[in-house]
Amino acid sequence: MTDSAPELQPRGPAISRRRVLQTTAAVVALDTLPPTPPAAAQPVPATATATIKLRVNGAPHALTVDPRQSLLDVLREKLDLPGTKKGCNQGACGACTVLLDGKRIVSCLTLAAMHDGAELTTIEGLAKGDALHPLQAAFIEHDGLQCGFCTPGQIVSGVACIAEGHAGSPEEVKFWMSGNICRCGAYPGIVAAVTEIAGRG
Amino acid sequence: MLPFALEKARSTEDAIAAAAAGARYIAGGTTLVDLMREEVERPERLIDINALPLKDIHADGSDLVIGALARMAEVAAHPEVKRLQPVIAEALIEGASPQLRNMASMGGNLLQRCRCPYFRMLDAACNKRAPGSGCSAIDGLNAGNAILGTSASCVATHPSDVAVALVALGATMRVRGPKGERNLAVEELFRLPGDTPHLEHTLLPGELILDIRVPAGPYSRRARYLKVRDRASYEFALVSAAAALHVENGRIRSARLAVGGVGTRPWRLKACEEALAGKPVDRASFEAAARLATQGARPLSHNHYKVELLPRTIVRALEMAGEVA
Repeated sequence: MTDSAPELQPRGPAISRRRVLQTTAAVVALDTLPPTPPAAAQPVPATATATIKLRVNGAPHALTVDPRQSLLDVLREKLDLPGTKKGCNQGACGACTVLLDGKRIVSCLTLAAMHDGAELTTIEGLAKGDALHPLQAAFIEHDGLQCGFCTPGQIVSGVACIAEGHAGSPEEVKFWMSGNICRCGAYPGIVAAVTEIAGRG
Repeated sequence: MLPFALEKARSTEDAIAAAAAGARYIAGGTTLVDLMREEVERPERLIDINALPLKDIHADGSDLVIGALARMAEVAAHPEVKRLQPVIAEALIEGASPQLRNMASMGGNLLQRCRCPYFRMLDAACNKRAPGSGCSAIDGLNAGNAILGTSASCVATHPSDVAVALVALGATMRVRGPKGERNLAVEELFRLPGDTPHLEHTLLPGELILDIRVPAGPYSRRARYLKVRDRASYEFALVSAAAALHVENGRIRSARLAVGGVGTRPWRLKACEEALAGKPVDRASFEAAARLATQGARPLSHNHYKVELLPRTIVRALEMAGEVA
């Protein structure tokens, strides 16, 4: 198994699934756009852009953002960090969980322009090089996922849950991880992974 | 999301001036950003108040003072909150998710909008969102809606947990607006819907909540919050109750009781409180008082169960308060 695994990894200048989707979407959009955009019914106030600085996973960034952009959209679309997922985009599912100045938040419900100077950690920032974060390894060990879509949010939330001291028992983990929904129902593995890593101290 | 201008307030005066000129305050944004994305809320100007010095949590004598910008999680974990008013921490922990509690401010929690499904459904009638359009919930999916304080125009519940505890404890707020500062009982913040359900609170234009004061009371230590819901965590209340008892020589000297999930605003139950005064701390006293809670209740097609669940929840919350050592 270990011998064949590298063949599954794309090599060289990879074209990611994401890039293909973006390009395709752009072509479709060109195809379907009306020749002239419809005039707005009412004048709207000019949307000024905001210039912000963020430190994400240790790296500094200076960015110009539209005030309407969520922190989630900026991470995914401007900083090319698509590990943080957009699930419900309503603050209900937890797939977009990141650490903002060390605390877990849902990045879909906050405007990036309001976070000048913030320090962020996303799922991409947990591993040290090729060495997985212990909680990432524990998710694999305990089968804490099926489709994997909620997993980045679960793991970032789990890291915070442990740091908060809210992972002392499976019951406590269930309560304090309730902001992360897994529709595959991998909860037993998720709870086991978080509880085990918390127990290691 | 529709375009808007975003400004940052450098001082409370800045913020109030901007709000008096039509800007909306934004703090944690957990309600507002969500509703703006759905175009239920359409502010043209936002004033970010997060830099204002309104985050402090402290004891003032035996009173507890909570800055309006303190986050739910900070308040719930604060040693002075646990020492002076543990029921505030208990009610906060029962609300939202850990992520949202790290984001949402106390002032925003009180002013959050309703969770009636039709409020955010742009193609459905809703008097709160579009005054005069009608109420889809009265003959619709109303299992989560109110049975107390409703009108022919609106049957939405107020969704906050901590507001229920604050109302039970007689908390007040300091608010400041273009015409100066005043104090306001938290209970008086919330309007009944009547025929103007789009007007939800009694703040004057531009007024900003500065802090919340929870007065010390002889029942502060013997107070509990019970939330009954469809799952064990991260769900709004079907029924909730904040119950506080002042017990002397085995008898209830005075009681405080407010309930959530059933009223169009956090619902204080003074008749139940009066019925408890002077009674022994036992189930018979609790049941007799709880029976008064549903006086005037008007259940809808799908929420008759709340008429039964409300007194049961009250009895259990009073039992929990009575058990506190």
